[in-house]
Amino acid sequence: MSPSARSAAQAAPHPRHLLGIEGMAAAEIVALLDLADGYVKVNQAANKTSNLLAGRTVINLFFETSTRTRTSFELAGKRLGADVINMEVAWSSIKKGETLIDTAMTLNAMHPDVLIVRAPDSGAVKLLSEKVNCSVINAGDGSHEHPTQALLDAVTIRRRRGEIRGLTVAISGDLTHSRVARSNIHLLTTLGAEVRVIAPPTLLPSGIERLGVTAYTDMRAGLAGCDVVMMLRLQTERMQGSYVPSVREYFRFYGLDYDKLAHAKPDALIMHPGPMNRGVEIDSVVADDIDRSAIREQVEMGVAVRMAVLDALTRAEPSAAAPGESAAGSVRA
Amino acid sequence: MKSGTPARVAYRNARLLDPASGLDAPGGLLTEQGHIADLGPELFADGVPDDAEVVDCGGLCLAPGLVDMRAQLGEPGHEHKETISSAGRAAASAGITSIACLPNTDPVIDDVAGLEFVARRAREAKMVKVYAYGALTRSCAGEQMTEIGLLSEAGAVGFTDGDRSVANAQMMRRALSYSSAFDTVLLQHPAEPALSTGVMNGGALATRLGLPGSPAMAELIMVERDLRLVEMTGGRYHVAHVTTRAAIEAIGAAKARGLPVTCDTAPHYFTLDESAVGDYRTFAKVSPPLRGADDRRAVIEGLADGTIDAIASDHDPQDQDSKRLPFAAAADGIAGLETLFALALDLVHDGDLGLLDALSRLTCGPAGILGLDAGRLQRNAPADLILFDPDRRWTIEPDSFLGKCKNSPFDHRPARGRVVRTVVDGRPIYVERAAAAPAA
Repeated sequence: MSPSARSAAQAAPHPRHLLGIEGMAAAEIVALLDLADGYVKVNQAANKTSNLLAGRTVINLFFETSTRTRTSFELAGKRLGADVINMEVAWSSIKKGETLIDTAMTLNAMHPDVLIVRAPDSGAVKLLSEKVNCSVINAGDGSHEHPTQALLDAVTIRRRRGEIRGLTVAISGDLTHSRVARSNIHLLTTLGAEVRVIAPPTLLPSGIERLGVTAYTDMRAGLAGCDVVMMLRLQTERMQGSYVPSVREYFRFYGLDYDKLAHAKPDALIMHPGPMNRGVEIDSVVADDIDRSAIREQVEMGVAVRMAVLDALTRAEPSAAAPGESAAGSVRA
Repeated sequence: MKSGTPARVAYRNARLLDPASGLDAPGGLLTEQGHIADLGPELFADGVPDDAEVVDCGGLCLAPGLVDMRAQLGEPGHEHKETISSAGRAAASAGITSIACLPNTDPVIDDVAGLEFVARRAREAKMVKVYAYGALTRSCAGEQMTEIGLLSEAGAVGFTDGDRSVANAQMMRRALSYSSAFDTVLLQHPAEPALSTGVMNGGALATRLGLPGSPAMAELIMVERDLRLVEMTGGRYHVAHVTTRAAIEAIGAAKARGLPVTCDTAPHYFTLDESAVGDYRTFAKVSPPLRGADDRRAVIEGLADGTIDAIASDHDPQDQDSKRLPFAAAADGIAGLETLFALALDLVHDGDLGLLDALSRLTCGPAGILGLDAGRLQRNAPADLILFDPDRRWTIEPDSFLGKCKNSPFDHRPARGRVVRTVVDGRPIYVERAAAAPAA
């Protein structure tokens, strides 16, 4: 799953970490999506829990505040029967006192089975993964990757549209600072979608086209004929200096409203990783449009995807994660 | 190894290399009281003087000792990372006989006492010759000029704010103007600071890694501004570690117009490109950042055509605690003393540069910029010499560095060319053990 794990070819042990989507093969991604589909059904049943991870310890190590992702992972772990512990550590304390690696070593000494890590610095989760014996799941590192978000977005799209191959997906907003965008670009291009990115030039990082996308600065042109519109949050907390003149102006040109949405396909799906800035990157009415918006469904898929990832990473048999076992999740329940 | 200075030493059977005069011929060299007394192909034709100690060079290359015009030596303030003594041992083992150290220490070397401290520590270490730059502005804060005249008198070889650019154009203009009265040189860290807030080269790789990038243009913008200020003032200006094709072209054009401008680069800028950052490899994090493949090529071309005058080690020792951090938080810097010569020789082995040209960028080139009596094989010059085997193969292993820090991205890299003896003022400060019995 992590590129390093996979490169060991046939003799590879089963994937130990999920650090990013980049470098994953289409078959690996599809296997996880299939597994997640099974867990969606589990989560809709009355009895949602299993003992698959009974006796296993999962630590949610969050160096950034998060409600939705942390809760989603916590629920996923608990539904699989794991012992889940949440740790929120201020990144400022990591910078001045105990280092990231010290923290990793300390937790590692307690023998967790899975560490789920979110950190504000790109590459920090990979660094940490090199120092521990357990599996590590990247729950978002800086502006780099957020692989479970991309997986849950893919599960959502597949449920609504069937196949990802052949779809045209627009990712619109603060591309520069978005880890969600990078993971989604890797996943969607790997699975054969056409990906467009839309942003004001100041929020389009240089060389983004090299990731296999087409860049637009005119939102209407970028949306034309799209099947899916993924909006990104304007991440003012990561911005140093001025990228856009005002929120009002941003919404005027890059906020998703019905007027701009009309350029996409009539049934285009609206997505947002949350938390939303209503009236900044998305009009409230559009966000809440139950016919068009899949935003709440994304949250639901999040738990299923994280169950699937925990399942895949903690399996004993190396071959168990192979594609084709799509019903594994529901069978186990 | 004898620690005293032998009165007379006869180096026989050497390949003499002097880039300043273009000499590349078999011959001998005689040192006397720390100076070069004589040299030439026929020098010992009638025998070696009776009282001279004899060093049989076995056909190896005898060249001026290397002059490293830019290094961080850790003192004062960062003695846990490097000291003048530890850096001296490291440098000696790699053929460096003179180092100019940067003033952005703690405290900053911005007064005469700071310069004297460095000089005293170097005397105590008794290894390589250590020169120091003065800070260009007090505390390297970019606001108030230091005492350029007094510091020059006290031995400052030039002025710079180290790893900080002088951002204020008026400040730089006045410094260039004022310093021209003292015939000294100002070194600029070539990065427009407001544009250089990234942690690696700007572009597709930084975007993929989700890291903020510093665009290559930030270098050109600073260099072009300064070149105009040089035109206004006539001050002597040197661009430290130039890394981009655009800036090298601008400097070449300024030289062609006759402006008093020089520049240097460091081995990592012609050996590596940004792909060395790979998956957040902090040992490849430097400032300016490693650039793209075309810029790397331009640095090699600039060295070959002489636009780039010098190769400096850019030695910047960093310990594990400073490097084993998330990429953005990790310190910049590469420990460069012990790989300077080997990486420069790679250019020769790859056919990019002639041996004399490479030596020129490492000896008389930087010595000329700083006005040092060093970097030449000629009568009455200080006997700062290296004896090296240009073809000896070895492997770079940072763990065996003599310097205190091992932060090198060149681990396990095959190298070709090794110094076997380093001499300062006629005194051997490094003799490779195996070299005691030359193959010939």
